[in-house]
Amino acid sequence: MGIKIKTGGFLTTIQDMGRFGYQETGMSVSGVMDTRSASLANILVGNDENEGVIEVTLMGPTMEFTADNIIAVTGGDLGAKLDGNPLPRYEAVLVKAGQTLSFTGLKSGARAFIAFAGGLAVPAVMGSKSTNLKSKIGGFEGRKLEKDDAIGFAAPKTSLTNMDKRKLSIPDFSAKEHDLRVVLGPQDDCFPQSSIDTFFNNVYTIGNEYDRMGCRMQGPVIKHKVGGDIITDGISFGAVQVPSHGNPIVMMADHQTTGGYTKIANVISVDLPVLAQCMPGHKIHFRWVSIEEAQFWYCKEKNEFKELKEALSAE
Amino acid sequence: MSDVRYLVSGDCAVCVEFGNEISPEINKKIRAFKIAVEKAAIDGIVETVPTYRSLLVVYKPEVIGFKALTKKFDEIMNNMGNIEIPAPVVIEIPVLYGGEMGPDIENVASHNGKTVEEVIKIHTSEEYLIYMLGFIAGFPYLGGMSKEIATPRLSSPRVKIEGGSVGIAGEQTGIYPVASPGGWQLIGRTPLKMYDADREKPVLLEAGQYIKFRSVTEEEYKEIEKQVNDNTYEYVTYAKKEVE
Repeated sequence: MGIKIKTGGFLTTIQDMGRFGYQETGMSVSGVMDTRSASLANILVGNDENEGVIEVTLMGPTMEFTADNIIAVTGGDLGAKLDGNPLPRYEAVLVKAGQTLSFTGLKSGARAFIAFAGGLAVPAVMGSKSTNLKSKIGGFEGRKLEKDDAIGFAAPKTSLTNMDKRKLSIPDFSAKEHDLRVVLGPQDDCFPQSSIDTFFNNVYTIGNEYDRMGCRMQGPVIKHKVGGDIITDGISFGAVQVPSHGNPIVMMADHQTTGGYTKIANVISVDLPVLAQCMPGHKIHFRWVSIEEAQFWYCKEKNEFKELKEALSAE
Repeated sequence: MSDVRYLVSGDCAVCVEFGNEISPEINKKIRAFKIAVEKAAIDGIVETVPTYRSLLVVYKPEVIGFKALTKKFDEIMNNMGNIEIPAPVVIEIPVLYGGEMGPDIENVASHNGKTVEEVIKIHTSEEYLIYMLGFIAGFPYLGGMSKEIATPRLSSPRVKIEGGSVGIAGEQTGIYPVASPGGWQLIGRTPLKMYDADREKPVLLEAGQYIKFRSVTEEEYKEIEKQVNDNTYEYVTYAKKEVE
């Protein structure tokens, strides 16, 4: 077997890197909110980065292991405990059948990720293990995890090469002010230069309406040349929508495929994990980068993952 | 294609914009470009998403960067004349109009000073262009409905509308793919499944295709419903005749 859920927590779902290939039918991509933490968790336990992990939000679940396996917990510090003792984060850990993983409370960040060596035994729906809550597909029965759910391990392991090296330095998630780099577009031309300046020269505060679909922020109003509505257009993860009210909304993992609001900019892929670990009240400063620079950082991170994987799998 | 713009849409997608209006001409260009991009089989492209105004191309920057990709798009655009674009497919959608399946059809009739029969005749006479799918999986944005049956949305939306319901909202007509709340005037229902996660092709319709509604009797509706459930239903499709 694998795990048995004792308490579901606030919002605990199975996610991988997303369900691509169906956006033209209106099906959202979904996937993990924080791709970096999820990728690292998978790499630590010897999985492909795209393997399904459990995304834990704010208040974590309690689960009992019904089989041995190697797991890794990454992302924000949600107080992970194994049988009541602190569980080392960013480290591959062998857990035994009968042991219990729990989360005692949020200390920093907002989301944690649990990877299981060999992955969880849930079927890929349309090529992905991601839970799409709106369409009720993927993950475990298309929904968040709840008490008494039992999920098997697909191919559990009790040993991995270089077990002593499967440990990373723990990132600091305690900051409450963040720089988020963005590329302008696709509708930056719907804004006068003065509004682009407003967007970059001020601080925006994350509001209470922050979920897997989007993150609303408040700050100085970003005025349009004409209005905030456009003829419906495609949306990317990280798109900064500015509807007519002039406050930005960043589109997150569960965003709709298309929408009719102007998008001034797009948070770059490597900075979305920062936003995914933010809480209401945190301050955001948007910083301009070119598309070339954004793609440079994207490729650099991909390459770092690849090198880490190679180092850990070396005999 | 001098009006085409390549708009940065984050570091993993580019929005290829063909215009800023809802028109069959722009849809035709988007469809042709989508087919041409698929034929070109460029390494690094993940998927393409057509909308009213643009084609969003999702790609992997570790395989191809923004500049190299848009350069390839330029080449495709310059070569469009040499690419064969098949005529769009028209798919027939059987609908049981009125009764409990279409409780608002009399509203639509009286709002427009028509009989129910006339509403059905008008609604089934057109081939409706599927501009795009969005909002939820399988929801088609259709164009081409006659203004003669245009009717405002219900003043108070329904809490639940069954999947397959066919409705009118203003000058638009559409089909609800799955049960959801909504304010459309419901005129009928199709036994076809617009969306089925377990089907090889989960969403029945594609952007760029056309829909033709056909009025069916209750008996036909039930027979088709049974065939759909048994996977024996044969979809009625034909190639769209060009009218220039």
